[in-house]
Amino acid sequence: MKTLTKSIARLTFALSLGVATATLAGGIASAAEEPAAGGHAAAEGETPHYPMIKPTLESWSFAGVFGRFDTAQLQRGYQVYKEVCSNCHSMHLVSFRNLADEGGPHFSEEQVKTLAATFQVQDGPNDAGDMFERPGRPSDRFPSPFPNPQAAAAANNGKAPPDLSLMAKARAVERGFPWFILDFFTQYEEGGPDYIHGLLTGYTDPPAGVTVPPGGHYNPHFISGPSLAMPPPLSDGQVTYTDGTPETVDQYSRDVSAFLMWAAEPHLDARKRTGFQVILFLIVFAGLLYYTKKKIWANIAH
Amino acid sequence: MAGHSTYNPQNPLLKWFEARLPIGGLIHSSFIVFPNPRNLNYWWTFGGILAFMLVAQIATGVVLVMHYTPHASLAFNSVEGIMRDVNYGWLLRYLHANGASMFFIAVYIHIFRGLYYGSYKNPREVLWVLGMIIFLLMMATGFMGYVLPWGQMSFWGATVITNLFSAIPLVGEKIVIWLWGGFSVDNATLNRFFSLHYLLPFMIAGVVILHIWALHIPGSNNPTGVSVKDKQDTLPFHPYFTVKDAFGLVCFLILYCWFVFYLPNYMGHADNYIEANPLVTPAHIVPEWYFLPFYAILRSIPSKLGGVICMFGAIAVLFAVPWLDTSKVRSANFRPLYRQFFWIFVAVAIGLGYLGSAPPEGGYVIASRILTVYYFFHFLVILPLLGLFEKPLPLPASITESVLGKGAAAVTAGAPSAPQTK
Repeated sequence: MKTLTKSIARLTFALSLGVATATLAGGIASAAEEPAAGGHAAAEGETPHYPMIKPTLESWSFAGVFGRFDTAQLQRGYQVYKEVCSNCHSMHLVSFRNLADEGGPHFSEEQVKTLAATFQVQDGPNDAGDMFERPGRPSDRFPSPFPNPQAAAAANNGKAPPDLSLMAKARAVERGFPWFILDFFTQYEEGGPDYIHGLLTGYTDPPAGVTVPPGGHYNPHFISGPSLAMPPPLSDGQVTYTDGTPETVDQYSRDVSAFLMWAAEPHLDARKRTGFQVILFLIVFAGLLYYTKKKIWANIAH
Repeated sequence: MAGHSTYNPQNPLLKWFEARLPIGGLIHSSFIVFPNPRNLNYWWTFGGILAFMLVAQIATGVVLVMHYTPHASLAFNSVEGIMRDVNYGWLLRYLHANGASMFFIAVYIHIFRGLYYGSYKNPREVLWVLGMIIFLLMMATGFMGYVLPWGQMSFWGATVITNLFSAIPLVGEKIVIWLWGGFSVDNATLNRFFSLHYLLPFMIAGVVILHIWALHIPGSNNPTGVSVKDKQDTLPFHPYFTVKDAFGLVCFLILYCWFVFYLPNYMGHADNYIEANPLVTPAHIVPEWYFLPFYAILRSIPSKLGGVICMFGAIAVLFAVPWLDTSKVRSANFRPLYRQFFWIFVAVAIGLGYLGSAPPEGGYVIASRILTVYYFFHFLVILPLLGLFEKPLPLPASITESVLGKGAAAVTAGAPSAPQTK
């Protein structure tokens, strides 16, 4: 045991040494990157670093050990998705039936049937060999707004709007040192929704001297450049909520970010609930083993 | 595997079987009565942890394969099908993906433990080399496994790493086309990586058996590095080390579950949730974290061929450690200078890992060059010279003496054979 403590002390020392080396290296590097800051065209071939504004950590119902999705929020988020996002973005990995899932938006089966029927889905070929349109069924995936990526690109300034099924897990702004280490302890895994919320609420007028390419929209929260093709999608009062929730861009953005997190990680609730049980069991088991070990080794010097 | 068997089954059926295939005796002598040094600390529990992780990876992997489709246009969606529609598919996949990382965390601790306590020295050189072969096979398996979800980082990681072989003079380009099974990373590449990803773990299992066999010839090293001299230096594997290993394993599983259930994508890369697209290159192509030190070495060399040679050299030099270290003293506990150089080396390895994830520009490049030079300097200069110049501390006469102090050794003789039963 004493050797273990000693070894851990040494390991801690070594880690801090490594960290010091890394910080030193980072310091040198960031000094070298100074000209690239601000998002202007990078000088001397340095890669400019985007986003210019890193996401702020928002508070989410699904964060932390006991995090769970807020059903009402997911239902509102679905409404925003349906009325706004789905005009351009597909979500092809999610089925209508998923909207009834527990730990998800948890609509009733009847509601899901009605929701699905509001979409037209292509099916076929029928007996005559023709493709045909029919109302959606719960087992259908969300239909895409464009028949193919080329059509999506042609209608959207040459770039197809990305699929939203995994958006909340497919974007991560680098956290950097020491945050990525702290994230391990705080269980921070909401980088995706934080980023989406920052982006949706982050459109501003470009600062003086910055020209935005034609068809672009300046947004310092965008992860891969100073501007993006998507125009600001949300405006106050655009979606009518029935539960009295404020109809603001900020609220829409939070709701749809939460909804997209669910779409990307539909079993999050089950994961966290199971995890708590498993880890609790392991801690008790480890305690029993520790005392068993102590008893077996009681008279053995080692 | 060691010496005559003391296994003596009473059950007639077991007796009959043992006379025909003495596997019970093999297990008995290897994992029940096998003598282990009594002073092993918790760093020695990682061997058992690694065995567990190999089995866990094979078990979860076999089930994942039942739901996975190895085709360039279907693989990504089949993985998402596992995540969404297969019962507990999310759990299986997160266990497997994070299991790979945990496997590497354990193997790095296991390797550093070997380096600290000189476990590679006479008579354990072959044991060490077998371990390095396992490490190499693990790297190949991990790399190919990361390609299978067919996300952006899978595709571009595969492209970058297979392209390394194009640096070989004359035949490089041909070798790369042969590896790909085509003119780019595509369906043929995915299929062969899938096949090999399924094969290699069983090869690892085979080498693990050799590794344990080679371990059981001289027995385990120990924190003093002093060889076992007589019976009171050791304790039977069961119950002493089975319970100690079990406790270590369960603590390790708590960490594993912390990742699986609360941070399942912490050690992954967000870009791998975007389906592979040969027309769009990600801003930064980064391999899995466990390759980062070697990736930093690769990128620190301005020439492509030089970088590839150094990267593979960084692994090759590990194979030679038993012959590079000239000191007769095994444990760093009795090597005051080596102990310091060891921890500097640990810091350098972690530093290289950090630099491997940083963009290859400015101060990062300079820092990774300095650390790369030090990496090789440690093995090729410090290790050989240290043995010649270092004055080791006085070694204990035996393991028992180191545990009980001089003169006390005789008092408890015999105690190890009977666990406390009150």
